[in-house]
Amino acid sequence: METVYKKPRLLNDVTMHYCPGCGHSLVHKLVAEVLEEMGVEERAVGICPVGCAVFAYRYVDIDWIEAAHGRAPACASAVKRLWPDHLVFTYQGDGDLACIGTGETIQALNRGENIAVIFINNAIYGMTGGQMAPTTLMGQKTSTCPYGRQADLHGFPLHITDIAATLEGTCYVTRQAVNNVANVARTKRAIRQAFQNSLDRKGASFVEVVSTCSAGWKMTPEQANQWMADNMLPYYPLGDLKVNGEKK
Amino acid sequence: MIKGTIKVDTDRCKGCNLCAVACPKKIITLSETVNRMGYHYAQQSDNDACTGCAACGIMCPDGCITVFRERL
Ligand SMILES: Cc1ncc(C[n+]2csc(CCOP(=O)(O)OP(=O)(O)O)c2C)c(N)n1
Ligand code: SF4
Ligand code: SF4
Repeated sequence: METVYKKPRLLNDVTMHYCPGCGHSLVHKLVAEVLEEMGVEERAVGICPVGCAVFAYRYVDIDWIEAAHGRAPACASAVKRLWPDHLVFTYQGDGDLACIGTGETIQALNRGENIAVIFINNAIYGMTGGQMAPTTLMGQKTSTCPYGRQADLHGFPLHITDIAATLEGTCYVTRQAVNNVANVARTKRAIRQAFQNSLDRKGASFVEVVSTCSAGWKMTPEQANQWMADNMLPYYPLGDLKVNGEKK
Repeated sequence: MIKGTIKVDTDRCKGCNLCAVACPKKIITLSETVNRMGYHYAQQSDNDACTGCAACGIMCPDGCITVFRERL
């Protein structure tokens, strides 16, 4: 009997603390698969965020640093400058990357640091109990906007990925999702491209993964994937925003 | 003929059901009983129909599914 699919070796044999069906778990698995296929596990450094992915270092068997909230891109910049031949990436949620860490995100990308940024956009603060995030959709209900996000009270969703594409320091900016087999394959290719760009020192790469938070959204994982496809994807459309430094 | 089969790590399965949603043959169901974390775990209800396409394995967020294929 031939094995056609198995858990990547670099994904540790422990139970991840994530809620059932959480997009973080699937993206962790893809990161492990890509690092394994590239054979770069000995010279890969990941930077963990504050947020649900705070324990990412427990799950993917490479070197990691835990950054202060939102400061992962600054931390990654330092590591990559000190170890230019290493693959350096951050892994961040929307609250970490696009709220408390907006400054660090934009500055690191604009400096053209040779890092990869993996951005999990689940439109909510998962870890702290489902508060409104910068990427929360208009009308979306969260624990801090129980009547839905309103422009006059909460402002508009921040299009951080579109901003990233306008910065001269970014070489690759893409938006992907992991809600079906085809999209998982595309996300995996995008992560691989971003990681290769870090190794090749081509500038900053930014991979948004439109994701789900079934706990924060108060849905089953299946409903969450459907809600994401119906509501988030029209607002955050999938595809490349910038490839080889050229805006699409 | 190609025949597939899957092995589920029932201890680590969280019963999210995303494998069952992804399965084109709709032959994955959740168990009646629960594992030690209290989750109903995934199981293959009709393994004769499995083609080994690996959709379930690819979609399992927790890496609980190993997919095998054999030529009969
Ligand atoms: C300095 C500081 N401010 C606030 C917090 C509380 N806090 C922890 S995680 C988090 C946001 C998490 O949301 P996100 O980055 O979207 O990640 P998710 O949990 O959704 O993956 C906040 C505000 C903190 N830990 N430290
Ligand atoms: S709270 Fe949301 S983001 Fe955090 S593990 Fe649960 S589903 Fe995932
Ligand atoms: S996708 Fe994985 S964790 Fe979810 S029910 Fe299936 S085997 Fe269990």
